[in-house]
Parts: sequence; C-alpha cells; structure tokens
Amino acid sequence: MSGHAPITPVRTLVFIFVTLFILTIVTVLAATRDFGALNTPIALAIAITKASCVIMIFMAVRYNTPLTKVVVISGFLWLLILFGLGLNDYLTRSWMGVPGR
Amino acid sequence: MEQQLEASILGMWVFLVTEVMFFGGLFMAYIVYRHMYPLAWAESSHELNVWLGGLNTLVLICSSLTMALAVRSAQVGSRRGQIVNLILTIMLGTTFLVVKYFEYKTKFEHGLVPGPNFDPHEVVNGALVPLHLPHGSEIFFSLYFIMTGIHALHMVVGIGLMSIILVMAWKGKFGPDYYNPVEISGLYWHFVDIVWIFLFPLLYLLGAHFTL
Repeated sequence: MSGHAPITPVRTLVFIFVTLFILTIVTVLAATRDFGALNTPIALAIAITKASCVIMIFMAVRYNTPLTKVVVISGFLWLLILFGLGLNDYLTRSWMGVPGR
Repeated sequence: MEQQLEASILGMWVFLVTEVMFFGGLFMAYIVYRHMYPLAWAESSHELNVWLGGLNTLVLICSSLTMALAVRSAQVGSRRGQIVNLILTIMLGTTFLVVKYFEYKTKFEHGLVPGPNFDPHEVVNGALVPLHLPHGSEIFFSLYFIMTGIHALHMVVGIGLMSIILVMAWKGKFGPDYYNPVEISGLYWHFVDIVWIFLFPLLYLLGAHFTL
C-alpha cells in the first residue's frame, strides 16, 4: 500500500455536525406532535439516520477495508436477529390464549 | 503501517460489536417491557427532562465533531490541533456528565429511583406533591437508570481514554504515519455518542406525551 488512508475534509465533518444538530431539533419537535402509531418509527428513523451519519463519516467506515465493513454490518445484523427472535416470542404470546404471559 | 492501522480498526470494531450486543440486550428488555406496560412508559417518560436530555444530545454531537477533528489533526500532523480538539472533547464529555448529575439528583429528589424508596413526586407550583404513576413505572426507571448509568460509565471510561491520548499527543507521538490510538479511541467515543442518539428519543421523547 502506498500513501495514507483518505482524510475526511473539515467541510464534510462540519456538514455532518450541522446535519446531526438539525436532526436533534427535528426529533424533539416531531415528538411534540402526535402521529399515532408512527411516533416511534419516526423517532427511530431519525435516530438511525443520525447513527448512519456518525458511522459513515465520523467513524470513517466508508474508507475502511471490506473486512471491517463486513464486521460492522454483521454486528447490526445480529442485533436485528436478537430483536426479531425476541419479538417473535413476546409479540405472539397472546395469540393462542394460553396462560403464562 | 497501513496494515497495522487496518488491523487496529478491525480489532476495535470487533470490540464495538460486542458493545452493540451488550447494549442490544438492554434495548431488547426495553422493547419487551414497553410492550407490556405502554402506559407506564408514556407517563414515566413524561417525568424526564427533555431539555436537559436534548442539551446533552447536542453536547455529545459537539464532542463527536471535536473528536473527528482530533483524528484529522493527527492525520495531517497538527500537534496543536490534536491537543485543542482533545481538550475540547474532554470538556464536552465532562459537561455531559455534569448535566447527567443534575438530572439524577432531581430523580432522587422526586423519589423516582426504583427500590424501597420508590415514591414518585412531581413539582406543582414549586411544591413537591405525590404523583401516581401506572403499574410498571418502576421498571421504566430501572431501565432508565441502568441504560443511562452504563452509558455514563462509558463516558467516564472515554474521558479517561482521551486523557491518556491527550498526554501522548502532547508528547508528539502521533503524526500522519502513526495515529492508531487516536483513531480507535475516536471510534469508541463515536460509539458512545451513537448509543445516546438512540437512548434520547426512546427514553425522553415518547410520542406526544409532552407538550412544549
């Protein structure tokens, strides 16, 4: 390998910072209104967007090797498996009408 | 050197994945109990201070920017930039913990700490009056204290890490050829920021249950 890993320009970092700042204000404002069942999905969508900004730009995962990217993605994939299988249990318990919940 | 950096980053990410799973377990518990006690979640969340939580979110976002700038300073070989940005990061991290202290203090005063002394109160016209919270509220506050407490512990560790990195940067150990410790400590710091990005809406902003 010759040379160094790409360096993120200050402009990009500040741009992401401003984006995160605005999204924080948006999420607070969104919480003051009632979207019914969409309340939590909206809050989570904003949080996931913010987390993606931090991971891709601040943590510079986009410049990392494919192996590191696989580790990052698989980590969150396993988290989804945890939530998926966990909810598969808890959300379906009342369906059969059996005691024990 | 390039390969060393790649290996360090990979190793750090493997550790961060274990952290994701660690916090993931707590989020799973959060989901299950929120599903069981939706009313308790809504009303207990209302007792948290949205302004202090929001302020802390912004403080952490600022600290993530200074952290990213510190890594960049190391990459371009600016010792001064590293020192300034690392000090700013430590100061912002400390600010977060100070705000958290005042939040916790209020929770103790309002009797919202789970355990034998769980006795919710709220401030009405400047006086503490008893507050009735739905069944399951104690579980909400248990999770609140565990999740934010462990997050705060991570902040303390992060501040300790940054202090070590600061001393190393002060001695001029980092430059474009070698900045692995700055880089991987930065990854840790950003990760702790990400955890808070999820904790804030999930604990403080539950739907339309508060009004500005």
